[in-house]
Amino acid sequence: MGVEIRVEGLTKSFGRQVIWEDVTLTLPAGEISVLLGPSGTGKSVFLKTMVGLLKPDRGHCWIGDKDMPNLREHDMYEVRKLFGVLFQDGALFGSMNLYDNVAFPLREHTRKSESEVRRIVMEKMEMVGLVGAENKLPGEISGGMKKRAGLARALVLDPEIILCDEPDSGLDPVRTAYLNQLIVDLNAEIDATFLIVTHDINTARTVPDNIGLLFLRQLVMFGPREMLLSSEEPVVRQFLNARRVGPIGMSEEKDISELEAEARLGRDPGELPPIPPQLMTSDGRIRRTQRPPGEWLRTHGVTAPPGSFIDEMGRDWLQEWPRYIAAMSAGAGQHPEGAR
Amino acid sequence: MARAGKVADGVANVTLREPGRFFALSLDTFRAMFKWPFQWQEFLQQAWFIVSVTVAPTIMVAIPFGAVLSLQVGNLIRQLGAQSQTGSTAVLAIVREASPIVTALLIAAAAGSAICADLGARKIREEIDAMEVLGINPLHRLVVPRVLACAFVGLFLNGIVSVVGIAGGYVFNVMLQGGTPGAYIASFNGLAQLSDLYQAEVKAVVFGVTAALVASYKGLTASGGPKGVGDAVNQTVVIAAMALFVENFVLSALYFQLVPQKGM
Ligand SMILES: Nc1ncnc2c1ncn2[C@@H]1O[C@H](COP(=O)(O)OP(=O)(O)OP(=O)(O)O)[C@@H](O)[C@H]1O
Ligand SMILES: [Mg+2]
Repeated sequence: MGVEIRVEGLTKSFGRQVIWEDVTLTLPAGEISVLLGPSGTGKSVFLKTMVGLLKPDRGHCWIGDKDMPNLREHDMYEVRKLFGVLFQDGALFGSMNLYDNVAFPLREHTRKSESEVRRIVMEKMEMVGLVGAENKLPGEISGGMKKRAGLARALVLDPEIILCDEPDSGLDPVRTAYLNQLIVDLNAEIDATFLIVTHDINTARTVPDNIGLLFLRQLVMFGPREMLLSSEEPVVRQFLNARRVGPIGMSEEKDISELEAEARLGRDPGELPPIPPQLMTSDGRIRRTQRPPGEWLRTHGVTAPPGSFIDEMGRDWLQEWPRYIAAMSAGAGQHPEGAR
Repeated sequence: MARAGKVADGVANVTLREPGRFFALSLDTFRAMFKWPFQWQEFLQQAWFIVSVTVAPTIMVAIPFGAVLSLQVGNLIRQLGAQSQTGSTAVLAIVREASPIVTALLIAAAAGSAICADLGARKIREEIDAMEVLGINPLHRLVVPRVLACAFVGLFLNGIVSVVGIAGGYVFNVMLQGGTPGAYIASFNGLAQLSDLYQAEVKAVVFGVTAALVASYKGLTASGGPKGVGDAVNQTVVIAAMALFVENFVLSALYFQLVPQKGM
């Protein structure tokens, strides 16, 4: 079972530089959330603050009933055992090969026999596609491989909360697609609470249940995927659709002259593109937390932009999804989307 | 105004905050020392590593040190007509003062810089963060074995410096200065006493602990990429060397107060 995380009024600054202020959000137990934001807005700092590596200026971060920033050190180490964290650069132990890196948490925290450790490690290595590289040192592998090894290590204790800092940066599109599927399947399997930082717009649009956006020291918005994808809020709209038109500029905020020039040109941000269907589990099981497409919009009385749930192949997912699930569970490995 | 604020900030940092954090780390390390299980493997690896980086330079420094002391003291003593006491003065100078200083310098320079570079590199690669997130206390896991290994090796290093220094002094005095072997050996314990060796060993342990703590502190607080690690190593050597000289003075003063000295 995942754990609910409630962040209340969290503020962090380094010296006089305020990174973000009054961040308040709830990561529902067992759901996948994605945190977005321009480079340098403090997403990595946010993850580190959540696990207690950095101390916020004020605010709370409740992991279940424990307030992480205000715990005593001993209790903090206990709560951290719930977490699996993938750091931005993998943070592998440089003196150990990949196998020992992945085996490390098992050897430290469990009394499993070496053969059992081997079985679990190899299973995770296979999951991230690193079989055959077990004996390599972290200095001898590529950035994407470091990421995947770091992910394997983060997953090895079956954590209840999984934080991933850009799991897909440095990966090719195919690997990214597999990784996204892996995250969705894992979430169905171990029901952990996920928070993923990513810059990959496709991942952000199709994987999560919830999306949050950090911009200019604020959490601009946090809520269900459909809410952000159909939001007219300029920052959210610009970011989630990867546009140049909008308040975000190259140096985080556009200056007034740039905005005025934009207004003079009368560039309109265009229509909102349709909301893509959320990625489903590969074995056809429906995730405990997964909402049918469009449900959030219906229950909240929000009208989706026209054609929101019609994908590139012209299928209307509001109608299609029960059949999709049925076809998947009827199974025989038949993927209803055909050969992908 | 803003500049004055910055200067005040910097001063407060150097005089209050950094020492405060250093002592906090030292206390936490001390507490972590008694936590189970002790990291034997890391301790042995580190001890061996420190031995391998310090023994050769220690010997290379100890020989000329012994020789120079013999030269200085030997000349003086000849002029005073007290050749029969050459051995006693050389032993006193080496065992009591020279060997702790040489040990201190080598531990600070060779062991301290190596420890700081190692921990600093791990820090900036986020390995230390990863370790903490995996529920492992890096103080218990990495710092405690290093501190103990440094103290342990310091103990032996001091012994090596004493033996090699005295041997060097003997060779120099007897072969080059025309002293008599009998006089050197006979006056061996004329001034020095066993407690001099003990105090030197105590100093060596204290120096080892201090150097390892300074190096660990600097390594674990390194930031700003590879350049930050370089700076941290540099500061480690400077700070540790200064701290060790101050400690040497304090311990010597205490020793003279507490232990009665032999007269001629
Ligand atoms: N230890 C630190 N000391 C001082 N400032 C820091 C520290 N760590 C991060 N910062 C600052 O915090 C800001 C946010 O950094 P962070 O790494 O969280 O960005 P990010 O959102 O993860 O960016 P990216 O998407 O490029 O990874 C940056 O301006 C950085 O300079
Ligand atoms: Mg980052």
